Amino acid sequence: MSDVVIEHLVKTYPGGTERATDDISLEIADGEFMVLLGPSGCGKTTLLRMIAGLELPDDGSIAIGGRDVTYQPAHKRGLSMVFQSYAVFPHRSVRDNIAFGLVMAKKDRAEVDRKVEWAADLLQLGRYLDRKPAQLSGGQRQRVAVARAIVMDADVLLMDEPLSNLDALLRLEFRTELKKIVQDLGTTTIYVTHDQGEALSLGDRVAVMRAGRIVQLGDPIDVYDSPADRFVGGFLGSPPMNFLAAKVDPDGARLHIGDDVVPAPPAARSHGGRDVLLGVRPENVEVSTERGDLTAHVEVVEPTGSAVLLTVDVGDEALKASAPATFRARPGDVVHLSFPAAALRLYDAETHAALTA
Amino acid sequence: MTAPDRAPLRRHRRNRVLLQVACVAVTAFMAVPLYLITLAAVSSRASLNAFPLSFLPTNLSLETLTAFLSSTGVVPSFGNSLIVGLWTLVLSLLIGVPAAYGLARTAFAGKEPYQLFLLFTRALPIVVLSVPLAQLFLTTGLYDTTYAVILLHTALSLPTTILICASVFLAVPVDVEEAARVFGCTPAQAFRQVVAPMALPGIAAAAIFTFVQSWNEVLAASILTLNRRTLPAQVLSSLGDSPLAYRFAGGFALVLPALLFIALMRRYLTNMWGSTIR
Repeated sequence: MSDVVIEHLVKTYPGGTERATDDISLEIADGEFMVLLGPSGCGKTTLLRMIAGLELPDDGSIAIGGRDVTYQPAHKRGLSMVFQSYAVFPHRSVRDNIAFGLVMAKKDRAEVDRKVEWAADLLQLGRYLDRKPAQLSGGQRQRVAVARAIVMDADVLLMDEPLSNLDALLRLEFRTELKKIVQDLGTTTIYVTHDQGEALSLGDRVAVMRAGRIVQLGDPIDVYDSPADRFVGGFLGSPPMNFLAAKVDPDGARLHIGDDVVPAPPAARSHGGRDVLLGVRPENVEVSTERGDLTAHVEVVEPTGSAVLLTVDVGDEALKASAPATFRARPGDVVHLSFPAAALRLYDAETHAALTA
Repeated sequence: MTAPDRAPLRRHRRNRVLLQVACVAVTAFMAVPLYLITLAAVSSRASLNAFPLSFLPTNLSLETLTAFLSSTGVVPSFGNSLIVGLWTLVLSLLIGVPAAYGLARTAFAGKEPYQLFLLFTRALPIVVLSVPLAQLFLTTGLYDTTYAVILLHTALSLPTTILICASVFLAVPVDVEEAARVFGCTPAQAFRQVVAPMALPGIAAAAIFTFVQSWNEVLAASILTLNRRTLPAQVLSSLGDSPLAYRFAGGFALVLPALLFIALMRRYLTNMWGSTIR
């Protein structure tokens, strides 16, 4: 097991003008589960591939366990990887697939067999060891890919959107299983995903990326609660954070949203009189039929089973609010909203960066 | 409730029958000449001149074939053809497979024109190529050797070998190769352990094509050799002044090895098709 230290990593693909990764620095502690999260094209996969040795950076360095590997070929890095497309070897049996890395490393036969049995047992592949991947379902193939990766006892385990090719139910189930496996192994893991749910549920820390840069790095709950900018708030959460134009009153105690006034969060104190962007998560919006700080018109009502998702109009801006499952409303109804001050986040109206006290 | 309109179903059934008929017709178009030539080759000389000709093997005899095989030059030229075919196959794979891999896996300036350029060898008529080559081979002492024919056949088959194999390598996913690299393979090992086995069916198809091409090529072989003729060149040169039976037997001898070779490699082909159709 090892830590991973990435410093000032720059990569531009040949023929491209934009940097795929733009001066990225990131330290991943020994045994940490780090998630790289971002929309497609943000550079997360490029970063992972450079760590794996499948792409070479133009500048910067990568060290694994204190050893510089920046320009080392992939096979000398002692890593293990799970690919999005599974990338199992179709011409080899499940057993030979799982054993592949160990056989290449010339481990002795007994140890290989023992490891393969252990991994197959862990991933419930025991019955399929002698089959070819073509005879397995997608979920089983991904299990083979994970088994192949974990038998290696590698310093670092890399995962490139390993769940994205599975159907929704299987994805949820395997996510839990994967978290348990990685927890038990304690291997340093770098996990790439564009699914915010996976990022929040799996990571010890989450690095949210955009346009080749890390825009926020931190504990998943912190990143979710206090997005560093509008992009992060809009990317994390389902549905994402709401943003409303607002103005802080001169003493910083209240916010004006159109003609309505709501109590301001503590961070507003030092920004009196300023135009801001107010961020509030749908589940923090309190909806009532009787009283509240704002009046809104219900546009769409979407029961989700565990809650009722309302799309309402406040002034001329749309806002999503998550009401209790028992809440009854119909399109056209008038409802009243309140924003608990502690749950409000303020962003600069121009730069969209978070405003703090 | 009215009965459903069954016309689409009837149309569907009719189309299926028509498709079957078309398949049978195409197969017959290929198979009947093969059958007739085989029949003629294994019939006695007398029955070939009989009227009407029997379409069933009634007068089986090896007389025609043995007569053909014992004619001058047939057995050695048969051997020459085999040598030329196999060496052409080996050489063109040896050069063509790495070239194809390079084409499939790397991007370089002028790749598109280069691929087109590869086909230019085939744009020149063989006669145009053969005459200067005969001159060249005469001065280098390669004239009238199997090497001369092997070299030319290799040059002729390389474009197709490279283009077929390149498309085969393109079909092997890059991730699988990358997975092999991450799990400890050098690039060469990744090729041997993972890419090559997955590409094998396609490469086998290219090999068959090369062999059959070489086996059937007659013009260059006739120009570049005198005494070390390949079978088609030998048959061609003696076709004009030989009896009917000799021609049938010659045709049969030309078709048979190519067919046998295809049957031998069939396992790889069906493997490939089996895995793509799924």
